[in-house]
Amino acid sequence: MKSGSNLEKILRAGHFAFTGELGPPRGTNVAVVREKAKHLVGMVDAVNITDNQTAMVRMSSWAASLIAIEEGLEPNYQMVCRDRNRLAMQADILGASALGIRNMLCLSGDHQQFGDHPQAKGVFDIDSTQLIGMVKKMRDESKFLGGADIDEPPKIFIGGAANPFAEPHEWRVHRLAKKVRAGVDFVQTQCIYNMERMRQWVKESVDMGLTEKVYILAGVTPMKSVGMARYMQLKVPGMDVPNAIIKRLQGVDKKKVADEGIKIACEQIEEFKEMKGVAGVHLMPIEWEHKVPEIAERAKVLPRPVV
Amino acid sequence: MIIADRKSLEEIQDMIKEYKKILLVGCKGCVTVCNVGGAKEVGVLAATLKIARKKDGNPIEIDEKTLERQCDPEYVEQIRDIFDQYDAVVSMACGVGPQFLSEAYPSQKFFPAVNTKFFGGAVQHGIWEERCAGCGTCVIHYYDGLCPIARCSKSLQHGPCGGSAGGKCEIAKDVECIWDTIVKKKMEQGRLEDLRTLRAPKDWQTARDGGPRKSIREELVQ
Repeated sequence: MKSGSNLEKILRAGHFAFTGELGPPRGTNVAVVREKAKHLVGMVDAVNITDNQTAMVRMSSWAASLIAIEEGLEPNYQMVCRDRNRLAMQADILGASALGIRNMLCLSGDHQQFGDHPQAKGVFDIDSTQLIGMVKKMRDESKFLGGADIDEPPKIFIGGAANPFAEPHEWRVHRLAKKVRAGVDFVQTQCIYNMERMRQWVKESVDMGLTEKVYILAGVTPMKSVGMARYMQLKVPGMDVPNAIIKRLQGVDKKKVADEGIKIACEQIEEFKEMKGVAGVHLMPIEWEHKVPEIAERAKVLPRPVV
Repeated sequence: MIIADRKSLEEIQDMIKEYKKILLVGCKGCVTVCNVGGAKEVGVLAATLKIARKKDGNPIEIDEKTLERQCDPEYVEQIRDIFDQYDAVVSMACGVGPQFLSEAYPSQKFFPAVNTKFFGGAVQHGIWEERCAGCGTCVIHYYDGLCPIARCSKSLQHGPCGGSAGGKCEIAKDVECIWDTIVKKKMEQGRLEDLRTLRAPKDWQTARDGGPRKSIREELVQ
């Protein structure tokens, strides 16, 4: 065991993992975090706690992660390269590990131009691949990036992101290979709507032998409305929403669009359970945490295994 | 070369509002080539400021001078005889110019008329683009002569990120994703292997992060 996290145990035992997501509040409203957390307890193996997601200031990811732990959830602490240099990152990694955080997701981060502080200086001291390598070095060699010894290394299960849909497509599997070489233990993908492209990317990863070294969790976000599907198709960078999805949502009664969205998500999850090279699903129901129990139930991923 | 844009007329007017007689100094270096601070632009700005002030009933006297370069003490000396005849001096050179002038003439007040933006070149008439971030350790040979430090919005050494779509960067549809270009160039040349190497975190000491920089050429120092 590298970290002893629940997520690591589930994956190593060969179970199909199921992770969720929780966005910290834009304020000190702890009640909101606790309320969101309640819907997720017992439904997921770990929950991603986002880090200033879409470049909007929110309660810090490590703080919300600690609240999640208090509520009985295992956090997957997200960290982006946009807001911290290597000193701040390593300090937070030590603090997070010391306080019981065992999973981390290493990301580049949305550019600050997206958020509500576009005037901010983007740090980008290191990139996401280098962040993965840095956490690995801290954990496995007990060394800081600068080379000095660490007094008690952090215990972290190292995650990264993968986007099979960003371009150029041919390069995506090679980029995953680089993260694997840097030391990533698991990756979560961008929200998947184009299943054909996903199948292709997973097959390439299997053929390259990558899935023997990294656990791939497929990203699933149920569509809540036709408007959301259109927005994701046109406005969200790196998102690939085929017209067929939009047509299918349009084809049902207006009151049943959200239900159809969940149905599509459940069909995807069923396929991922059988797909060679996919080790689990990462569910990202955007501001729909209360729907997670229903989705988990309908996707037949309950009860969650205890390892 | 160094690319600059002229400050707005309002900002320049505000800087010099209390002065009656100024010297407007252009530069024949980079700012002449990027059409922002050469003799021609000095003439245009001087005329515009004079008209605006006259209209406000507060006329201003402006003399014009364009130096060979403002980043060279030898040429900065060219205003030694006249610098103190003015209430203030406005420089149309890059950020280096008004500083060299300030250092050479500590008793005078200097103002910048341009915003210094980046190291780049003209991609077509009237359009300049950034190419170099001046990080002090050139790595473009790893990326087929294209610099992700200067040209990737996140300075990624392992790109492209998930925000790359249709060859464009996530920050705006008119911004090229340089990583898309790098990868495609390598694929066309059948040399994708080159990009598989993991790059160590960059040593930013040679960039601004190591403090103000200096270059010493021993053989030239007298």
